Parts: sequence; C-alpha cells; structure tokens
Amino acid sequence: MSNYYQPEIETASREKILEIQNEKIVKQVRHVYDNVKYYRDLMDSKGVKPEDIKSVDDIKKLPFLSKEDLRIAYPYGLLGTDLKNCVRIQSTSGTTGRRVVAFYTQKDIDIWEECCARAIVAAGGTNEDVCQVCYGYGLFTGGPGLNGGSHKVGCLTLPMSSGNTERQIQFMMDLGATILCCTPSYAAYIGESLAEAGYKPEDNKLKAGIFGAEPWTEEMRLSIEKSLGIKAYDIYGLTETSGPGVSFECEEQTGMHINEDHFYAEIIDPDTGEVLPEGEKGELVFTSLDKEAFPLLRYRTRDICVLTRKKCSCGRTHVKMSKPMGRSDDMMIIRGVNVFPSQIEAVLLKEGYPPNYQIIVDRVNNSDTLDINVELPPERFSDKVSDIQAKEKSLESALRTMLGIGPKVHLMPPHSVERSEGKAKRVIDHRKLHD
Amino acid sequence: MSVKQLTAFIENRPGKLRDMVEAISKADVNIRAMSIADTKDFGILRIIVSDTEKAKAALAEICVTSVIEVIAVKMSDKAGSLADILDVLDKAKVNIEYMYAFTAPANNGAYVVIRVNDNKSAEKVLRENSIEMLSDSEIQNL
Repeated sequence: MSNYYQPEIETASREKILEIQNEKIVKQVRHVYDNVKYYRDLMDSKGVKPEDIKSVDDIKKLPFLSKEDLRIAYPYGLLGTDLKNCVRIQSTSGTTGRRVVAFYTQKDIDIWEECCARAIVAAGGTNEDVCQVCYGYGLFTGGPGLNGGSHKVGCLTLPMSSGNTERQIQFMMDLGATILCCTPSYAAYIGESLAEAGYKPEDNKLKAGIFGAEPWTEEMRLSIEKSLGIKAYDIYGLTETSGPGVSFECEEQTGMHINEDHFYAEIIDPDTGEVLPEGEKGELVFTSLDKEAFPLLRYRTRDICVLTRKKCSCGRTHVKMSKPMGRSDDMMIIRGVNVFPSQIEAVLLKEGYPPNYQIIVDRVNNSDTLDINVELPPERFSDKVSDIQAKEKSLESALRTMLGIGPKVHLMPPHSVERSEGKAKRVIDHRKLHD
Repeated sequence: MSVKQLTAFIENRPGKLRDMVEAISKADVNIRAMSIADTKDFGILRIIVSDTEKAKAALAEICVTSVIEVIAVKMSDKAGSLADILDVLDKAKVNIEYMYAFTAPANNGAYVVIRVNDNKSAEKVLRENSIEMLSDSEIQNL
C-alpha cells in the first residue's frame, strides 16, 4: 500500500533531497541575514557570513535559536519579510512572557497545509473522506493546520474545533466521518463517550485518526485504536516551525517522517550543542528551509528524540524521528498546552504565596490532570474552611488565566510541601510518557 | 463577652493531630472543647483551652495557629434551648459560621461555642435576651 500526496518528493532519492536542501539553505541563510537583524547580529558575533553556508553540512556553523531568543525578539524581531506580505499569525498557548507569535505569508501557509495534506494522505485520506477536525481553531495551530491539509486533499472537512463532545459525536455519526484529527487524549475521551452512548467501535465509519500536540504512549495508541476501531497516526510540529505536519507517521507506525524538503533536522547534545551522529539520542533542532515570514534557523525544540534514515516500507525516503522521549528543559505538555513551572511560580508570587509548591501531573481516564500543592502563608490562615477554599478558587482562577488550562490548587500548611536538598523537586509527573 | 479560641491548620496526614495534642498536653494545658473541620487536603482544629497563650506557644513549632474571639453560651439542659438561642441570633440577622458543643460535668453545664460573622451584634442581642455567656476566666475555672 502506498499513499502519497506528493509522491515525487516524498519518495525522492536521498541525493535528490540533499540537492533540494542544499539549494534552499543557501538562499534561506541569505534571506535571513538580509532581513532578520536579530539573527544577523547572532551570525556576526559568531563570525559566520552567509557565503560560508554552501550546503546543509555547513548548517552546524550557524548559531542556535532558543525559546529565549523568541521571547527577546517578540513580537517582530524575527520577522523575515514586511508585514504587508504576511497574511496570518498563529500563537502558542503560553503566557505573555513565553508566548510565541509566528507569522505566515500565503506561500508559508500553502507549504504548511501541504505538509498536513501529506500526513492525511499517509493515513489513507483521499477526496472521498470526511475529515473531522477537532483540534482547537484560532491561534492554536492544530485546527487551522489540519483544516488546510484536509482542504488540500479534498476531504469533506468538518471544522468542529475542540469541545462539545456530544455535538462531535452527533456530527461524526450523522455525517459519517472517516478521519478524526485531535489530541490523543481527546480521541480517547471521544472513544469513551461513544461507548457510554451505547455505540460499538464498528458503529462509526472512522478508519484513521491523526493525533498530536501532546505526548502519548504506544499503550494509548492501542487503546484508542481499539475503542474507535481505527488506525491511529502520530503527527508532530510546533508553532515555531509552522505547526503540525513538520513530521507524520506512515502506515509502518515506527516514527514520523520529517518533511525534509522544508525542514532540516539535527540532533544535538543539549549541553554542548555538538551535532550527534544518526541514531543517537539528543535534542531535536530544526532549520526552516523555505519559510518566508518566520524563518527560524537552528531552532532548539527542547524535544529529545532519535533520527533514523533506515529504509521505510512505506516507500518514503525522508528521515524519521522517534516520538519525543522527553524534554531538555522543564516544559510540561498538559492537555496539549505548554506549561512551565516558572509560570506557575510567577502567579504564586504575584498572588502573595511563597515559592513553596509542588506540581503533580497525572493522566486520569486518558485526560491530563494538574494539581498544585501550595503552602498557605501563616498570615492568611483562617479558622473558616470557606475562607481557605475561596483562596484556593481565586488562585485557581489566576493560574487558569495565566496557563490557559485550569489546575486544582490545594493549600497546605506551611512546611508541609516536601523540601529537598539542593534542587527542589517541583514537578511530579505520574503519566509515565517516557521510558 | 467572648472567649478565645485557638485555631490550627493541620495537614491531612496520619499522626499530625496526635503531634499537636501531644504538644498541648506537654505544656500542661487542658482542652475544654474541640472541633475539627476537615477537607480532602487539610483540617482546621478549633479548641478552647485552659491557657490559650501557653497552648499557642506549644504549637508554634508545629503548625500555623491563630486566636480568634468566639462566643460561648450556656444552655439549659432541656429540649429547645439551643433553638431559642439560634432564634435570637437569627432575628438579629447574625450569621453563624460554625458551632460546636461541650459539657462541663463539674457544674452540669452544657455549652455551645458559636463563631459568628459579627461578635458585637451577637453579644448585644444575647445580653438583651438574658442568655448567659462565658468569659475567658470562667472557662479556665470550669
């Protein structure tokens, strides 16, 4: 079986891919150097000139970009073209301090949507399919990306956005959705809801699901495949590089093919920045080869994974990345939303609480939970339970505003949150997503 | 007339309450009345003791405490006497946050500790209705 959206490039020889990459990187570095002062300064201070980059082998000479650079350069500092040429922004769910705002020209959007189209076709999608997209629409890249990809493939697209599960199920059953696009935890939830409504897995017409935006395990894949009666495909991406579709799974389900004609991937040692050979575990770094509006070079994703160029039975020749095995920073992905402990700490301090807290993340019934234990300062103690509960509610609301997801706050007596020698163990993640 | 109630924040974990009670006992303070409000995460211990300052000092190392004024009312030991007291407070629109009862076998007294939103109004109406309230020194001598 072979399903390709753009077979000539998806199955191109390694030589051909390299040729395309070499040609694009030379142009791209020149484009960035000429238009992005922030990166030009980084290159200048490293003593690298655009003419030093003659092929992708020279990419290792270029300076890295990190989330911190994006924060410093917010909002326009990394813009690669005039705003009049841009047609869209997308943004991460983070806070003002951490928010990433990415810009797109029409060409950037077309390429992004083509990448998503490749993922949909790899999952068996054709113009006869009914594609239900229940990723969030709006600033989040999930909805717009898969929506655009679905249009490109010619599927009948159901732009459901997230939430309202009853309506999701009604449309799914009434309109015979065949492909489901959402976060894996929402897919699992839909599966449970279908069962509760009395449907058996064979009652729906779904054949495939394209699930991403949060880490998930093989066990979760099997459980979703069983409950919905489908084949579940992983998709990867980040707002910084465009959105979902940077890489996607084929029917072999042994890693995600990176769209190498648009993104050059490296694996580095997160401590030294040294490029690691193929097959070694390290931090994933992306260089966008042809983005116009937001052309990030050597962007450090902080995702830890492995690359492999082993021949894939699907016929695709593009490099495969493993599911991310962890993070090289302390970012957590909870219900698809990026959360940093520092954001939580900032809210606590602002609300007058001490920085003695513990974050507990778990997955209950396939949905992420976020609990925060916070010590109550003695002067805020009250003899009334209702007072303390009101304080919890108010802190929950401040955190929800900051994080974009609602945590459960537990106020604790002073000194009851565990202190550890040296570095405090702030986060306890019970989800066991990584080995 | 009000009495002092010592309030302590306790972690909802085995042994925590015992530690506190032990500290009070080591300070040679007698607990006259107590009540615990519990939630999933924490408990709030409320006690009336023979020596509030001493008990507070004994607990200082273990937990967060606060001292507030509550009203302790003497009831006659017959049906309807609590209802009469609450009726008085209700008519004065005094809201009750919580309450708990205790007895003093020495004088056959039955008492109810009432935490209200407005001590002043509560004391005034109770006095007007000749309902007997305890003072701190009376508590110590019970």
